[in-house]
Amino acid sequence: MAERQANFSHRQMILPFVDQPGGLLKALHALQNASLDHFLAPSDLKLVAEVFGVPEAKVWGTVTFYSLYSTSPRGRHIIRVCESAPCYVVGAMDILKSLGAMLNVQPGETTSDGRFTLEVASCLGVCGVAPALMVNMDVHGNLTRDKLAAILAEYA
Amino acid sequence: MKYYRAHVLICSGSNCAIKGCRSVKQACEQEIIRHGLQGEVQVVDTGCLGLCDQGPALVVYPEGVMYGRLTPSDVLEIVSEHLLKGRLVHRLMQQPTGPAGEVSPLSMTPFFQKQKRVVLKNCGLIDPERIEDYVRAGGYTALATALDVMTPESVIAEITQSGLRGRGGAGFPTGRKWEYTRVAAGQQKYVICNADEGEPGTFKDRLILEGDPHLIVEGMALAGYAIGATRGIVYIRGEYELSIHRMEQAIRQARENGLLGEGILSSAFSFDLEVCAGAGAYVCGEETALIESIEGNRGEPRFKPPYPVEKGLWGQPTSVNNVETLANVPSIIEQGALWYRSLGTPSSPGTKVFTLTGNIVNSGLIEVPMGITLREVIYEIGGGIPEGKQFKMAQTGGTSGGCLAAAHLDIPMDYDSLQSHGSSLGSGALLIMDDTHCIVDLTRCFLKFFVHESCGQCTPCREGAPALYHLLGKVSAGAGGHADIQLINRLSRTMQSSSLCALGQTAPVPVLSALQHFWPEIEAHLNGRCPANKCVMGKAAGKIAN
Ligand SMILES: Cc1cc2nc3c(=O)[nH]c(=O)nc-3n(C[C@H](O)[C@H](O)[C@H](O)COP(=O)(O)O)c2cc1C
Ligand code: SF4
Ligand code: FES
Ligand code: FES
Repeated sequence: MAERQANFSHRQMILPFVDQPGGLLKALHALQNASLDHFLAPSDLKLVAEVFGVPEAKVWGTVTFYSLYSTSPRGRHIIRVCESAPCYVVGAMDILKSLGAMLNVQPGETTSDGRFTLEVASCLGVCGVAPALMVNMDVHGNLTRDKLAAILAEYA
Repeated sequence: MKYYRAHVLICSGSNCAIKGCRSVKQACEQEIIRHGLQGEVQVVDTGCLGLCDQGPALVVYPEGVMYGRLTPSDVLEIVSEHLLKGRLVHRLMQQPTGPAGEVSPLSMTPFFQKQKRVVLKNCGLIDPERIEDYVRAGGYTALATALDVMTPESVIAEITQSGLRGRGGAGFPTGRKWEYTRVAAGQQKYVICNADEGEPGTFKDRLILEGDPHLIVEGMALAGYAIGATRGIVYIRGEYELSIHRMEQAIRQARENGLLGEGILSSAFSFDLEVCAGAGAYVCGEETALIESIEGNRGEPRFKPPYPVEKGLWGQPTSVNNVETLANVPSIIEQGALWYRSLGTPSSPGTKVFTLTGNIVNSGLIEVPMGITLREVIYEIGGGIPEGKQFKMAQTGGTSGGCLAAAHLDIPMDYDSLQSHGSSLGSGALLIMDDTHCIVDLTRCFLKFFVHESCGQCTPCREGAPALYHLLGKVSAGAGGHADIQLINRLSRTMQSSSLCALGQTAPVPVLSALQHFWPEIEAHLNGRCPANKCVMGKAAGKIAN
């Protein structure tokens, strides 16, 4: 019953996008934002395929192409550490290693309490304050090892 | 209009937002009210000042004094000393003072003196959220002039004569692109502004959109008028929340003022814009992949031809232009092709916006005439290499650009001379590296990016990038030999000649330029030695190599 209701509200949520150019991506955005575990479940993809009248394989293909979508559950907060060259030359790898040690995870993994998922990312477009990372949609820059604990503490 | 004795311009760009410019602005406003100065001093949000490294930053006018690396408590001092008593707060100033303690205005400092601001003319000087500010700075006069006295053909002719070349990387002449789109057959033509900015080290488009969004609205309207399009799309990278917000707001304001929509400025020309947010894939910056993405598909590049100017969005003629390209257009229409050609070099007229990153004192955003040398940019504008280290290399054009050595510091930076030295102007990213870095280690870092970002559609790129990465790992581990270098060379040529899009075609550029300009250092690795002491050699590294 609860699932049916969720399905109904999800359907309502994505219906407005059906006739928009590029509406498929917008619908996927909306669904993932509504997910507590920041991911698109198989049921979401099925729903999108049905509402947009396209094969499920096409929806899968689209979702797996873009780095902002995930098809497996993720932590409450997603940390993306930039490892592109401008951040790399000013110490991004130190930051990544320190975070991995503090959270006891490897890149791609989620902490056992489900609080954080640690990911690596390509340039976030804030290289003026490299090295940089994003937690959810917040950017943190000019990172040093000492700043990391305070940043993590902002996200419960 | 109200008259203020002083203006405080606070940068609200992304790089400063990260470092807390909101709370600095709040503190500033509160202090001004506390001292009863609100009728005399106006606080204005503005776009990037260029010295992002020194943010959060503000500039007090009329003196043109910049204060940087501010905390909210610093601002109390600026208000009570500078604004109330007229005394400079030297501790927080970011510009040198003369022998008698006098300051030269910000525009006279070495950082700004060498710059020439066309694209960034309003950045850091107006409030990007207010269309009135843009208009007061002369905005929308180019559009009004074009609609009033120019035919679409003469707009194209002006752009063609100006010699403007696309600033998104490839440097294709903009006038010619518009001409092709104009003459192509199709009922509905489109202008697309490419703001998918994903080239590592590039953040100019973000700061242009944040600092002066109406400039892009005007540039796109002019493009639409020229090619005969009634619709435009601004495709902005999904992470760029502030750019998206400012652009959407500018579009709304332009519509309310009759500058977008039906019959613009009482002419027969109708044009409207919408924003489309990307979903995170570097390859979507490639124009045909971007079109696929707008259509809601996987962002895989299409085979060209047909080019977008013939068959683009929804199969219709489409002109895809970079943010910076479009930002040049209003000034060219207003001041003419001849004026534009007076800047830069004959084959690359105008200015170029560069983003300075890596081991450099002033990392940030600058705009200079084309043809300036790397040396001037690094040492005069960029303030040199920090911590007394030596310059080792610079990568121009982002991760898909080439590596240049100290011997290249004096070549002019424009499309053609950089290309002739195995590099490119690309997006204008400039990554500076000091002598503690190792060329092999860095080249691996560049390659890793392409391994991640290859869309996998064609074999040379999908298989070639990881193979190059692996071979470089072998060299880095001291396990590489001359046969591996030969293989690297062969693979690189194959990728360049047979990849479907420019991602795969340019991925080997940093590798080849490294081989060309840093051979002795690479050869040392073949002999089991990393001169910079970065690579882990021998048995311990064996695991990485295999
Ligand atoms: C992998 C790849 C990524 C690209 N990314 C961008 C980008 O972020 N912004 C951009 O304007 N052009 C980018 N381009 C270039 C575009 O394909 C296209 O040439 C450009 O948008 C045309 O605009 P211009 O003529 O004004 O430069 C990219 C090209 C490739 C191959
Ligand atoms: S060259 Fe690379 S990115 Fe371009 S189409 Fe081929 S696989 Fe995709
Ligand atoms: S390289 Fe890290 S933010 Fe651009
Ligand atoms: S973003 Fe504030 S100075 Fe560049």
